[in-house]
Amino acid sequence: MTNDRFAIDVEGITKTFGDKTVVNGLAMQVRRGEIYGFLGPNGSGKTTFLRLLCGLLKADAGSGTCLGFDILTESAAIKRRVGYMTQRFSLYDDLSIAENLRFVADIYELPEARKAVGETLRSLGLEGRGGQLAGELSGGWKQRLALAACLIHRPELLLLDEPTAGVDPKARRDFWEEIHRLAAEGLTVLVTTHYMDEAERCHRLAYIAYGTLLAKGTMNDVLASAGLTTWEVSGPELNELARILQGLPGIDQVTAFGSKIHISGRNESALDLALGPFRQAPQIWQKIPPGLEDAFIGLMQTANDNFSTEPAGNA
Amino acid sequence: MFNFARFTAIIRKEFIQMRRDRLTFAMMFGIPIIQLILFGFAINTDPKNLPVAVLAADNSPFARRFLHAMENSGYFTITEQITSEAEARRLLARGEVQFVVNIPADFSRRLVRGEHPAFLLQADATDPSAVSTAIQVINEIARTAFDRDLAGPLQNLTSRPGPAELRIHLEYNPDRITQYNIVPGLMGVVLTMTMVVITALAVTRERERGTMESLLATPAIPLEVMTGKIVPYIVVGFVQVTVILLAAKALFHVPMVGSLPLLYLAALCFIAATLAVGITISTLSRNQLQAMQMSFFFFLPSLLLSGFMFPFRGMPEWAQVIGEALPLTHFLRVLRGILLKGNGFLDIWPDLWPILVFGVVMMALGAMRYRRTLD
Repeated sequence: MTNDRFAIDVEGITKTFGDKTVVNGLAMQVRRGEIYGFLGPNGSGKTTFLRLLCGLLKADAGSGTCLGFDILTESAAIKRRVGYMTQRFSLYDDLSIAENLRFVADIYELPEARKAVGETLRSLGLEGRGGQLAGELSGGWKQRLALAACLIHRPELLLLDEPTAGVDPKARRDFWEEIHRLAAEGLTVLVTTHYMDEAERCHRLAYIAYGTLLAKGTMNDVLASAGLTTWEVSGPELNELARILQGLPGIDQVTAFGSKIHISGRNESALDLALGPFRQAPQIWQKIPPGLEDAFIGLMQTANDNFSTEPAGNA
Repeated sequence: MFNFARFTAIIRKEFIQMRRDRLTFAMMFGIPIIQLILFGFAINTDPKNLPVAVLAADNSPFARRFLHAMENSGYFTITEQITSEAEARRLLARGEVQFVVNIPADFSRRLVRGEHPAFLLQADATDPSAVSTAIQVINEIARTAFDRDLAGPLQNLTSRPGPAELRIHLEYNPDRITQYNIVPGLMGVVLTMTMVVITALAVTRERERGTMESLLATPAIPLEVMTGKIVPYIVVGFVQVTVILLAAKALFHVPMVGSLPLLYLAALCFIAATLAVGITISTLSRNQLQAMQMSFFFFLPSLLLSGFMFPFRGMPEWAQVIGEALPLTHFLRVLRGILLKGNGFLDIWPDLWPILVFGVVMMALGAMRYRRTLD
């Protein structure tokens, strides 16, 4: 395997702030042209990892390359080839759309900045609205503009930090179609998200909690590594049932999904044993393959158990 | 490496934002004008026409001569003629008059007899600076006012010159016009106030809105971002300096004896130093409110301990030590030196280098803190 295959190839990446380890020995390989989903609870170190990748922060330990450049020593070269879209709208509210794009184009020293701005406006369908202040745009338009600004210098790698937070479903779907189109053209995308439907649209996934990578690979790899068995129950008096089942030995999670509940456990025989007395009418019981959400919640609990010194079960 | 194209892109962006931000814009030009009007017209450490009540039981030519001389000095205006000491006390207590002159009934008779009679000036000395010059003046009047009426046989009662004569030359501001001192000083005060706050806010705002993170993820290096943010405000500072100089000339007729290019050079050093303070504050504060509070934390001692409001040499030693560490203290000396005294470069150098040292230290501190802003 040569380095050329990977847009990102890092290992042992560690970053501590004070006595808090935010990223702990993280290894990640992202192939070129791939959409890589990066998941994990809030505060798990996703944003910090992105900042380490694009040279905003220096890793305390670890090594690796981003687009073939050393992440510790060649951050200037990396920055020129990466588009980084931060969690919050990162353009200037008090500049117009065209002024924002022009500023970004100038910062990347594009030789034909004016032309690049015009093309971007056209591709956004914002011709004639270039003079409007960016702060006046709706959430969906802001997000599209921010993405366009990240792409104006034709980066090879796109880092997206929760790009669709607070955006309506239609705009979200359009956004993902755009991402897939870009990936088909050869752009590599590393995207953090909390949405399961978005995770399912990624080629590969990584799950991180408390700075530690818990699972990675394709969706099926991640599901397998969670090692869950899941029962789906529908019928009457589900709330009552859920309350009783919660915390029984062998049962790791009970989650409500509308008119159904999912009951999952890491140990299949222990789960079946625990559920034995309850599996009767009037509810309908069915063993199903666990979904991503079950898997992630399971992974998170595993991490919780390993992380805290308190015995599990009272959480 | 430092890239000039990126640097100018940042400058251009700053100027557009400055133009759009009405409040900041108003602050940049409103504050100098308001301060000029408030301080320039309102502060007067040499007050004239102070109200006086006269309690004269003796209406002789001597008494009238003295009261005339008082009014002619310009420091006193006789507003009341009263007849009792109770009334005098009441007027003083209520602050309706600043002084009461009390001339006893047999004043002129005893004066002519050479008995060296006493008469009384009561002053409301709550604010010592309001009465100090007036009291000096009235002493001189009391010594000489009666001379013209002491002709003929009374001539031996006239005031006699002392054994030696002290000549006093009031240099640089012979008429003791307060504005000549205040208005040049205002330039330093206005620059301190606006430059620190504006830069502190500009940088903090960028971080608060999250745009700083994106900016640093681009090839732009911190030095380009910082200098690109500073340069527009240096321009603003120069505009303020010019506005104040023009007002000083047109409204207050402040003499400008020294070299204006030298003054602009000194202003450049001072502006750079205050901007560095703003940058450092921005690296210490989490949000714009904190930046504002910290700016005031810097501004207040500058205003009070620099010698702008109160005579520097009148402050206790510890306050002078703090004052010497503030750039405004030195800049005020430079300004007044150039404008009123016509000082040249060598004269102002002892006060110019402390400003430079202060600026360099602040800049280093800001740069050091700035590296860690994202953490």
